[in-house]
Amino acid sequence: MTAWFEHGTDAEALEGSLEGDGAEPEVRDLPELAVENGVFETQEAYYDALHDATVEVARGRADDAVDTAERDVVNAVRTLETLSEHLNELDERSRDWEEETDRVPVSEVTEAREALEDARDETREFIGERTPELAPNLSKLAGPVLAARLVALAGGLDELARMPSSTVQVLGAEDALFAHLRGDAPPPKHGVIYVHPYVRETTKDERGSAARAVAGKFTIAARVDYYSGDLRPELADELDEKIEKIRNRGDGS
Amino acid sequence: MTVEWVDTDGKEYPTTEGERVRDERIVDGRRVWYPRKSKASALFVKGVEMPLEGARVLYLGAGAGTTPSYFADVARAVYAVEFAPSPASRLVDVAETRDRLFPLFADARKPSRYASVVEGVDVLYQDVATRGQADVALKNAGFVRDGGRAYVVVKARSEDVTAEPEDKYEEVADALEKEYEVESIVDLSPFYDDHAAVVARRQR
Repeated sequence: MTAWFEHGTDAEALEGSLEGDGAEPEVRDLPELAVENGVFETQEAYYDALHDATVEVARGRADDAVDTAERDVVNAVRTLETLSEHLNELDERSRDWEEETDRVPVSEVTEAREALEDARDETREFIGERTPELAPNLSKLAGPVLAARLVALAGGLDELARMPSSTVQVLGAEDALFAHLRGDAPPPKHGVIYVHPYVRETTKDERGSAARAVAGKFTIAARVDYYSGDLRPELADELDEKIEKIRNRGDGS
Repeated sequence: MTVEWVDTDGKEYPTTEGERVRDERIVDGRRVWYPRKSKASALFVKGVEMPLEGARVLYLGAGAGTTPSYFADVARAVYAVEFAPSPASRLVDVAETRDRLFPLFADARKPSRYASVVEGVDVLYQDVATRGQADVALKNAGFVRDGGRAYVVVKARSEDVTAEPEDKYEEVADALEKEYEVESIVDLSPFYDDHAAVVARRQR
């Protein structure tokens, strides 16, 4: 039999016992056992020690997991952006070159381009795996890459979950927002959420409404991901319905 | 420490006594437990009064800890398992306010990871978002004392969007028969659409 208090009664002992998987689920009277074995004077003392240890271990593990997941997601999405920019630049450069000299770019350049493409695809795949672990509902609604960009722009899932949806709507459009605040421009209707088909593919007249609806649902999804951990597939249906209504309003009458 | 029914706004709701953890309403010093905010409360309001008082409870899918906090107000010990990092972090905040709420950042599909910590329990309460909900309850059945109860929340939607919810509930209930004796399936509407709780008793 294994019990967490066999080699100590603090967080370290608990951590050690959680590492192994020697134990199988069974009905055991652990508090009684600990008292019988003289590890604790009373069952109350047992529970007090267990509480201290579980809180300390879970705190460390959960916070680490959040940090790691966020860092992974943010670094990956920034890497993806860099790779995409470079690929676009390379494409342009090669096109110009071909036009000027009518020669296919040297094979090394083609190879480098392919390597960049592979790196981009792999990074995208990584984002597709990691973002749903951090923010499952937001990933589902926005797609993992856009979800990751929102987390990165907000400075973390916690920050994103605390934002009003009007801020989420213009995340990534800070330049336009500040121009507006200076009185130089109309307010931006959307930031990076523009890349979502529900915004981009809605007619210009209704795009502001679509952006508002999308940002609203994204905000709810981020809050569910941060605060509850539930899966709410119905959020996607609700957004589908809302967008359909907005688009029909545009087409109709 | 008991769950008591309190009349507010002309309706009866379960309440517990304990430190407030979110923005829940307090009436006569008791925390009102609304059925629209907690599936466990919905179960109570639907007539299933879980025997939580003085019980040892294994809670799988503890989320951010709000519902586990009500359990911990009346139970002897609540082992709360959550594997999503952000909610688990909130769960630990809540656990700090409850002496007998033990947070475990672990995967409920791998009970051997926390088997050195969890004692035999009187109640298994499960509300996990992952696929294979019946499987999780089966894997953890070993912790449940003979005659102990299991309450397994089934979300029809998280398994298969197209299937009829009732079929899904039946399917989970059938699967549970391997380790439990199923007593009833309690539909949680109107509080939660497409959700039911399978109520079962552990039989060895």
